[in-house]
Amino acid sequence: MMHNPSSAALALPPCQDPQEHSETGFLTVQGIEKRFGAFTALDRVSLEVRRGEMVCLLGPSGCGKTTLLRTIAGLERQDAGQLHAGGRDISHLPPQARDYGILFQSYALFPNLTVADNVAYGLTGMKRDARRDRVAAMLDMVGLGGSQAKYPGQLSGGQQQRVALARALAPSPSLLLLDEPLSALDAQVREHLQLEIRRLQKQFGITTLMVTHDQEEAMVMADRIAVMQHGRIEQFGTPAEIYRRPATPFVADFIGHANWLPFTRISGSQVAVGALRLEIQAEEAELPSGRLFCRPESVELFATDATANRFQARVTDRIYLGNRYRLALAADALPGQTLLADVSDQAHERLAALPANDGLWVALPRQALQVFA
Amino acid sequence: MAIEPSVQPAPALPLSTVDRSQGLLAGFKWLLLVLLLVGLGGPLLFILAQAVLQPDGSWAGAAPLMALFANINFLPMLGRSLWVSAMTAVVTVPLAYVFAYALQRTCIPFKGLWRGIGLLPLLAPSLLPGIALIYLFGNQGLFKEWMDGSIYGFWGILLGEVFYTFPHAMMILLSALSQADGRLYDAAHAMGASRWRIFRTVTLPATRYGIFGALCLVFTLTITDFGVPKITGGAYSVLAVEAYKAVVGQQQFGRGALIGLLLLVPALLTFALDGWLQRRQRANMSSRSEAYVPRPDWRRDGVNLLAVALIAAAILMMIVVAMGASLVKLWPYNLQLTLQHYDFDNMDGGGWLAYFNSLKLACGTSVVGTVVIFSGAWLMEKTRGQAPLSALLRMLCFLPMAVPGLVLGLGSLLFFNHPANPFNFLYGTMSLLVLCSIVHFYTTAHLTAVTALKQLDPEFEAASLSLKVPLLKTFIRVTVPLCLPQMLEIFRYLFVSSMTTVSAVIFLYRPDTVLASVAVLNMDDAGDVGPAAAMSTLILLTSAAAALLMHLAGSRWLARAQAWRRGRAH
Repeated sequence: MMHNPSSAALALPPCQDPQEHSETGFLTVQGIEKRFGAFTALDRVSLEVRRGEMVCLLGPSGCGKTTLLRTIAGLERQDAGQLHAGGRDISHLPPQARDYGILFQSYALFPNLTVADNVAYGLTGMKRDARRDRVAAMLDMVGLGGSQAKYPGQLSGGQQQRVALARALAPSPSLLLLDEPLSALDAQVREHLQLEIRRLQKQFGITTLMVTHDQEEAMVMADRIAVMQHGRIEQFGTPAEIYRRPATPFVADFIGHANWLPFTRISGSQVAVGALRLEIQAEEAELPSGRLFCRPESVELFATDATANRFQARVTDRIYLGNRYRLALAADALPGQTLLADVSDQAHERLAALPANDGLWVALPRQALQVFA
Repeated sequence: MAIEPSVQPAPALPLSTVDRSQGLLAGFKWLLLVLLLVGLGGPLLFILAQAVLQPDGSWAGAAPLMALFANINFLPMLGRSLWVSAMTAVVTVPLAYVFAYALQRTCIPFKGLWRGIGLLPLLAPSLLPGIALIYLFGNQGLFKEWMDGSIYGFWGILLGEVFYTFPHAMMILLSALSQADGRLYDAAHAMGASRWRIFRTVTLPATRYGIFGALCLVFTLTITDFGVPKITGGAYSVLAVEAYKAVVGQQQFGRGALIGLLLLVPALLTFALDGWLQRRQRANMSSRSEAYVPRPDWRRDGVNLLAVALIAAAILMMIVVAMGASLVKLWPYNLQLTLQHYDFDNMDGGGWLAYFNSLKLACGTSVVGTVVIFSGAWLMEKTRGQAPLSALLRMLCFLPMAVPGLVLGLGSLLFFNHPANPFNFLYGTMSLLVLCSIVHFYTTAHLTAVTALKQLDPEFEAASLSLKVPLLKTFIRVTVPLCLPQMLEIFRYLFVSSMTTVSAVIFLYRPDTVLASVAVLNMDDAGDVGPAAAMSTLILLTSAAAALLMHLAGSRWLARAQAWRRGRAH
């Protein structure tokens, strides 16, 4: 099954309404700056993560997301800015005083210690029996009960990351940091573990910050996503907000697919695109010209004449994506432009039944159009 | 399941504990810095000062160097040193190339055995080949007529140095020949190239950096070694022996130091060159390369087997002659077996005390050295903080490779013998000998440690800190067990090296800290060649035993580690 952020996953509301957590942030990042020589890795980044919330730092490689996570973990030292966690100022604390658990892409399990010894590694100052029970409970929780005596090398990658999760959660840290924990795994194992980690995160109610470059993963797992680029946070919001109302062209392009149509403004709610006059929502930015943004799945096919923003187009190319088709459309009214449109199987069948030369009516719904410079 | 989701923050670790463990690691780093500055920095500074200072400490500019060159004997001696070192390189490297080629690129049988024999010279002090040569070609030698006395001089130095430098060249070439892109050979065969043409156009170019590196190393080893020329050089005086004589015989420290400084030049050049070559060599193999696997070919294998057997026989002959001569009454006239040459206590040179001192030195150097060097490498590679300090330490760790033992020993002599030095009390003690040996062999051991550490998951330390476990505990519980094979390797290297070394320690011992290799030199000086051979044999056997022991320990570790290494394949 393919995960498509545009359809099923998006329809799911965030599992916990963020509004319920109206108390102040558990983890507060204020104006963090980090430079490596002339390169600015983090440019005055601020972020607030609520108690029990799962936030994903999402962005292309080199955007600073891992540096931010490592700074919060105390593994890098910021050049400026403050960090607070659970009401404590942790800005200058060494890593071992910050109270977090962390998962790495490489698992970082100790290969010469058994699974049980790995999970018990952070359980210092506990009685032997209590420690053994805790290890057993943690292993049961990640679905690896009875694996105590095995060595990490005898487990699959997915199992090793579960052990690493059990090890990180065993000392009950107040914060969980995930540094691309699933990137080294096969697609199937990855999808399974995404849900698993999300379930445990909610069960523990543990505040979690995850780094990923995989937008689907962020969509599936996060309460809120911080999209990063060039050491800055471009947008911070729920997956739905980020997908439906991207704050910048970068976010719009990085998450999902996008159609970009150059326009010039005619009036408050009308723009000219090619030979077309399109209606847009009045509250859009008052730019004299710029680009219109529209998701491929928002393009409406078989538009009736009652629909606004309707024009004729023809299909020039199509790609089958398993659960839908992506069409490339050309329109006389939009010279030199190719419009992408995602359609369901049924819609595609209807399209195939259409007489060959019969023009196809498509529409760009007003509420799906967004204005960018 | 009775796991209550715990939202209450776990109690943070008391800050004092955290600070203490951080401070401890930083403290270790500073300690290592002091060790390297005292053991390496001070001596080097003092020997450099000799070149530009008058004996009374005033500035002398280039005058001392001018005086050295003005000496009528000096330029011919420099010429002889350069000539014999160059010739040694020219002879050793092709031999080592043939040997290494046969081991890496053919299907000859008993590769392990040949390899072991090729490495044997490492286990003996450089004095042993000299002694063996005298027994073979000297005035009372088996094949005296062959050389007609000319073994004392150029030929003696050349043959002895070839034996001594052979394994060093072989190791470089083994690694150069271990990398081969099988696709190039397939392509060459497909185009019908002859065996010789393939060798000339594929194999040789791919290993040219290794060959060049080996030439430079052999040259440097020879020009800075005085063990062989001391014994077989005769009237053919060379720089290294001259430096030794100036200091030990004539108490002319300044002159010795100046010659030592000159010897530093080829060593530094080789060092710089090696770094450059290694970068070039790495770029040679792309990740798309396929490993070359030799297929049996009776003609090629036969020729190579013959060559390897001949070289191995020559190496073995030297060792067997030295050993055999130590066990007979009077070589070669009375071949009755006897242990009289091992009765060291009734001879000059230090007796059994020297042997046991050497054991002490080897044990001390290998135990302390392994701990210090491995922990030091870990501190530099795996702990955060004190970045400038770590960078300085890294540089200091590479320096010893470029400093010949003779220079280090001379520098240490000048530095520790200085009356104003607060470490003056160390002079002549076993502790100083251990310190000097650790510093002398630091780089190779350090590189082994760094390579081992780089293979570990880089996040072990971060994971440990997140679990609030002090790094030192993870170092002992995880890092050390994982790196045990390489630690044994470091231990073996340090033990064998300090058991056989002469060059640095010869300037630093006192009568009560005399060493076995020094005793060999002294007994040979006194004309007791039989006992010198006996002591060399003892050194060789001890080194071999230590190497074997480390090998067994490594095998046992592997057997015990099977449990967690088994699963690594997937």
